[in-house]
Amino acid sequence: MATKTEDYLGKTDYKVVGTRPIRHDGTDKVTGRAIYGADVRMSGLLYGKVLRSPHAHARIKSIDVSKAEQHPGVKSIITVADLPLQEDRIAELGEGAANLTHLRANVLADDKVLYHGHAVAAVAATSLNAAEEALHLIDVDYEELEPVLDVRKAMESDAPLLIENQTTSSMGEDTGTKSNVSTHFQHKLGDAEAAFAAADIVVEREFDTATVHQGYIETHNATGHWSTDGTVTVWCSTQGSFTVREQVAQLLDLSVSRVKVVPTEIGGGFGGKIRVYLEPLAAVLSKKTGRPVQLVMTREEVLQATGPTAGSYIRCKMGAKKDGKLVAAEAYLAYESGGFPGAWAAPGSMCIFAPYDIENVTIDGYEVLVNKPQTMAYRAPGATNAAFASETVIDEICEKLGTDPLEFRLANSSKEGTRRADGPVFPRIGHEECLKAALNHPHYKSKLEGPNRGRGVASGFWFNVGLKSSAAASVNTDGTVSLVEGSTDIGGTRTSIAMQLAEVLGIPAEDVKPSVVDTDSVGYTDVTGGSRTTFATGWAAYEAAQDIQRQTIGRAAKLWEISEEDVTCEEGVYRSKSDPSKSMSFKELAGKLDDTGGPLVGRAAVDPAGVGGAFATMIVDVEIDEETGKIQILRATLCQDVGKAIHPSYVEGQMQGGVAQGIGWAINEEYFYNADGRLANGSLLDYRMPTALDLPLLETEIVEVPNPGHPYGVRGVGEVPIIPPPAAVANAVYQAIGTRMEVLPMSPARILEALWAKGNGKS
Amino acid sequence: MYDFEYATPTTVDEAVSILAENGEDARILAGGTDIIAQLKENRRVKVLVDVKKIQETTALSYHSAAGLSVGAAVPCCEAYETEEIAAAYPGLTDAMTLIGSIQIQSRATITGNLCNSSPAADSIPAMIALGAVAKIVGPNGEREVAVDSFCTGPGQNVLENGEFVLSVHFPAPAANSGGFFLRFIPRNEMDIAVANAAAYVVLNDAKTHFESARLAVGAVAPTPLLIEEAGSLLAGKEIDDDIIQQAADLAKGQANPITDMRGTVEQRIHLAGVLSKRAINGAVQRAKES
Amino acid sequence: MARKTHVTTTINGEETQFLCEPRNTLLEVLRDDLDLTGSKEGCGNGNCGACSVILNGRVVDSCLVLAVETEGADVQTIEGVATPEGLHPLQQKFLEHAALQCGICTPGFIVAAKALLDREPNPSEERIRLWLAGNLCRCTGYDKIIRAVMDAAETMETA
Repeated sequence: MATKTEDYLGKTDYKVVGTRPIRHDGTDKVTGRAIYGADVRMSGLLYGKVLRSPHAHARIKSIDVSKAEQHPGVKSIITVADLPLQEDRIAELGEGAANLTHLRANVLADDKVLYHGHAVAAVAATSLNAAEEALHLIDVDYEELEPVLDVRKAMESDAPLLIENQTTSSMGEDTGTKSNVSTHFQHKLGDAEAAFAAADIVVEREFDTATVHQGYIETHNATGHWSTDGTVTVWCSTQGSFTVREQVAQLLDLSVSRVKVVPTEIGGGFGGKIRVYLEPLAAVLSKKTGRPVQLVMTREEVLQATGPTAGSYIRCKMGAKKDGKLVAAEAYLAYESGGFPGAWAAPGSMCIFAPYDIENVTIDGYEVLVNKPQTMAYRAPGATNAAFASETVIDEICEKLGTDPLEFRLANSSKEGTRRADGPVFPRIGHEECLKAALNHPHYKSKLEGPNRGRGVASGFWFNVGLKSSAAASVNTDGTVSLVEGSTDIGGTRTSIAMQLAEVLGIPAEDVKPSVVDTDSVGYTDVTGGSRTTFATGWAAYEAAQDIQRQTIGRAAKLWEISEEDVTCEEGVYRSKSDPSKSMSFKELAGKLDDTGGPLVGRAAVDPAGVGGAFATMIVDVEIDEETGKIQILRATLCQDVGKAIHPSYVEGQMQGGVAQGIGWAINEEYFYNADGRLANGSLLDYRMPTALDLPLLETEIVEVPNPGHPYGVRGVGEVPIIPPPAAVANAVYQAIGTRMEVLPMSPARILEALWAKGNGKS
Repeated sequence: MYDFEYATPTTVDEAVSILAENGEDARILAGGTDIIAQLKENRRVKVLVDVKKIQETTALSYHSAAGLSVGAAVPCCEAYETEEIAAAYPGLTDAMTLIGSIQIQSRATITGNLCNSSPAADSIPAMIALGAVAKIVGPNGEREVAVDSFCTGPGQNVLENGEFVLSVHFPAPAANSGGFFLRFIPRNEMDIAVANAAAYVVLNDAKTHFESARLAVGAVAPTPLLIEEAGSLLAGKEIDDDIIQQAADLAKGQANPITDMRGTVEQRIHLAGVLSKRAINGAVQRAKES
Repeated sequence: MARKTHVTTTINGEETQFLCEPRNTLLEVLRDDLDLTGSKEGCGNGNCGACSVILNGRVVDSCLVLAVETEGADVQTIEGVATPEGLHPLQQKFLEHAALQCGICTPGFIVAAKALLDREPNPSEERIRLWLAGNLCRCTGYDKIIRAVMDAAETMETA
C-alpha cells in the first residue's frame, strides 16, 4: 500500500516543510506585547456592559431604562429595538448560514429570553464600574415561563415551546408540527434491519453527554467605532474577521464595504469565536455616543451566554458476524441546539460510523431546542459525542468476540473507496495507518499491571473543510517576503502558512514576514475553523509563491537578457539552462528588483476542493480510586493521520490540546443547571477544565498519509484529536472496573455510583 | 464592583472602632482571596478594613514548648515555608498547601479561611484536629474561642459586632504525635472540597496504641465538624484497621451534607468515611515516623 | 464619582505613581492606567492565573489584589521579564518548545514559572505541574509548557 508522499505528490525532500522554526509572532506573545482584543486602547473609549437575563425562559413584558439613564457616567443604553428588524430569512454568513431573526434575537433578546444569561440590554458608560452600576438600575419585567433543559424532555409533544412558531423540518420537508425539534434527518445505506437480523452479535446502548464549553482562556470582546462618515470599524478576537463583517453588516443593514473588521490576536476559539455577540453592540453603542466603545465579557458571561457545544442523547446499535465483520449499524442522535435552531447532530451523524466499512447503516438525527445558550461549533462539533457512543459499542463487540480492539478496527476500517452512510466515498485516507501505528506503539505493547487499572482505545473521524482563502506577498529588496493573509492565527498558523510560501521560493521560513490583516487589506478569507487554515490559506500562500516565482523567472530572464523558457528555478536558485555560468539566488534577484521592473507582488485566492479527512486513534491507561471513584490518566497516546505535518511542533500541539480537551469532557467538564434553568457553575472554579496536575505528558505519533488534494499533502489536524478520548477513557474504565459508562462526564460521583451498583467499593 | 471605602488601621483599637462603627457594612481585608472575589459578585461593603498594617496580624511565631501562633494576615505560604512549622504541623501544612493555587497561597490566610466560615474550608478541619484556638479582639477586649466551636453555619461564626480574629494559636505537638489532612476534589487541584478530613493522633511510646486522637471532617455539614466520639473511641486502643474503620464510621454517622453541583449526599457521607480513615492512617504513619 | 487614592509602587524596577479607586484591582490599574496589558484577565476570580504577577517576591493573581494594597510594594509583570539584552530563558524555551498556541495564558505561565525557578532552580516535573496548576491553558494540554520549563531550568542551572 502506497503511503509515501512521492507516490502522490512526487516530492519528499522538503527544505522548510516539516521543520520546526520559531513562530513569527512568538516574541510578542512571550513578552506580553501581543495585542489581544481586550488590549485595544484608544482615546475617548467608553466601556460597555450587557444586562443579562436571570431567567432561563421568560417573556419580556417591559424594559425600563429611565433610572439607568440618569446615572452620571452613562452615555447610552440600547435594547433590541435599536437593531434593525430582520426578515425571517436564512443568510450565508461565511461559516454556515443563519436565520437573521434568530441572530438578532440572540444578540439582544426580542420578546423572549431563552436561556440564563441571554442579553437583554447594553450600556455604554465612562467607566466599567459606572456601566455595571447602570445595569442594576435597569428594570425588566419578566413573565417567567417553564424552562426545558433536557433534550429528550424538550422533544416531547407537551414540552414548553421555546420558539412558538417553530415547526419540525423532517427530511427537508416542513411537517407543520409545532415542536422544539427543528430538524430531523436520516441517512441510510443498505438494509440495517435485515443485517441486524442476520448478525451474530448485536450490542445496543444509550448514551448521554453533558453540555460543555470551548473554554478558551480569553473572554469575548469587541471594540467598535462608528465614524461620522458612516463607516464602522470593529476590533475583536474572532476566528473569522470576514464572517464578523458579514454578520455585523447584516444585523445593522449595512453593505459590507461600510464595515471593517480588525482581527486582534485571539486567545483561543475552538469554534466558539465565530458567531457575533458583542460586535454589533459595540457598533451601535458607538453610533449613539459618537465615541469608540469596548465591551469585554466576564468569565461568567462567557459560560452563561456563549458557546457551548451540544449536549446529547444518543442510541447506538451495531451488529457483527462471528468472523469479526461489522455488518450493521444504527444510531439515533438527539442534540441540543440551545435557544435557537442549530445543526450539530448533522456533523455527528456524518462521523459516527465513518471509521468503518459497514454496508448497512441507518442514522436518524434530531436538532432540538432547549433553554441553554445557542450551541456553537466546538472542535469537530458533534463528532466527539457520537464517537463516545459508537466506539464504546465497538469495544463491547470486541469483548464479546474476544478480539483485540485495534485488530478488530483494522479489519473493519474504512479505506479509499468506502462509502459513508451520508453519501461521500472516501478518497485516500489514513485510518488503517493510524491503527497500525497504535498497534506498533510502545504504549500498546507495554504491560499495564495493578488493580483498578485499565487500558482503552478508540478512533475518531473528522471530515475537515476547505473554503475560501486569499493571500498576497510582496518581495522585499533584502530577499525577504512580506505575506499578508486573513486567517486568524490561533495556534501558529502564521508560521505553517509562511513555511509553504518559503518552500516554493526556496527561502528560509524566517525570511517570510507573515501578517494577519483586516478585512480591507486582504481578499476574502473564511474562518479559522474546520481544521482548514494550514490546508487552505497555506494553499493560497503556495499559490502566491508560484505567482511570485513566475515573475522572478521573468526578472531573471530580463536581467540575463535571455528568454523566460531558458530560466529554471530550483529551491530558490535561478539558472540559465543554456549558460551554466548564469545563476543567482532568490535573495540576489530580490536585490535587483529596481533594475528589472520595480516592485514584485504575488497573490492568490483559492477555494480548494480536495479536502482530506482526518482520523486518529488513541490509547489511554487509567487508574481508578475505587473508594472515591476518581480517574487518573496514567498514560495517553494519540496516533493521527495529519497528511503532511508542515510544522510538526504545532501539529503535536493540536494533537495534545485536542486530547487534553477530550479528557476534560471524559472526566469532569459539564454544565450544572439548577431546577430553574440557571447555570450554577459559571466560573473556572466549578467548570472544571484539566489543570497541569490532571494530565500526564501526552504522547503523539504523527502518521503521514498525504492528502492527494493538497500541494504538500496537508490534512486538517486541529479537530480530530478531541474525538477519541472520551470513548477511549470509557473503554479503559471498563477494563479497570468492569462497568460500561454511558454518561459523560465520567465524574467521580458517577464512577462511584457505578461501583456501588456492582456492589463493591462502598465502605 | 460597588464602591467602598478602604481603611488601613495600624492598631487593634483603631480597627475595632471602625468595625464597631460600621457593623455589618465593614469587612476585613487580609489576603483578599475570598472578599475580593465576593465584591466582584456584587457584595456590598461600606468599608474594607485592611488589617495588614497592624503589627500583630503579621506575626508568625513557633516555639517547641509554646506552640504556634499565626497572625491574621500571615499568608499560607509564609507559614508552610517555615521549615520548623512545616515539620511540627504537617497536618496544617497539608491544608495550607492545598488551598487554591500557589498564587492564592501567596495571599490567603488561615484566619481568612476560618472567618469566611465555608463548610468546605480546607484549613478549618486541620485547625480543629490540632486543637487550635482563635484569638478574637473587639470592643470588650480579647477572648479566645476554640476553632471547633467558631463556625455556626455556612458563612456564619461567633464574631460579634466590632470583633475580628487577630491570630490563631496551636498547642505544641505532643511527643509521638502526627497530623494529616486530605480532601477529595474531582480534579487534582483548584477545586472546592467535596469532602475533607483531618486527624491528629498521639501514640504511646511504643507506638502501638492511641493515647488520644482528634478527627474533624468538612463539607459534610453546615460547619466543619469535630468528631469527638471518634477521639473517645480511639483513645487507649491498639492501632488496627478495624478500630480506625469504626472511628471513620462515626464520622460518616455525623455527616449531614447537602447535594449540590460539587457532590451528592450519598457521595459526601461515603467520602466522610473514606477520608476519615485515610486521615487517621496518615496521621498514625506520621506519628510512627516522628 | 468615587475619590481616588494616590499610590506609589515599584513596577518592574521603576517607581510608579498612580491614582485609583479602592475598588480597582491591581490588574485593572496595570492594564487600564499603566498600559501594561501583558497581564490578562481570564476569569477575574483567581482560577486561571492569566493575570499572574510577582508581588513582593511572591506570585499572585493580580485580579485578587486591590491596587491600593500595593502602596510601597514591588511588582514584577510579564513586561519586566525580558531585558534589553534579550529574552529570559523561560521565554526562549517557550518559543523553542512551541509551548504556546493562542498565547493568552503565556504571560501568566511565564511569570508563575519564573517565580518557581527563582525559588527552586531544579524542580521535578511533578513539582512544576503542582506549581502551575493555578494557570489554566486550554490549547496545549500542558505537555510542551512543562517541557519548556524543565528545559529552561536546566539551561539556567548550567549557565
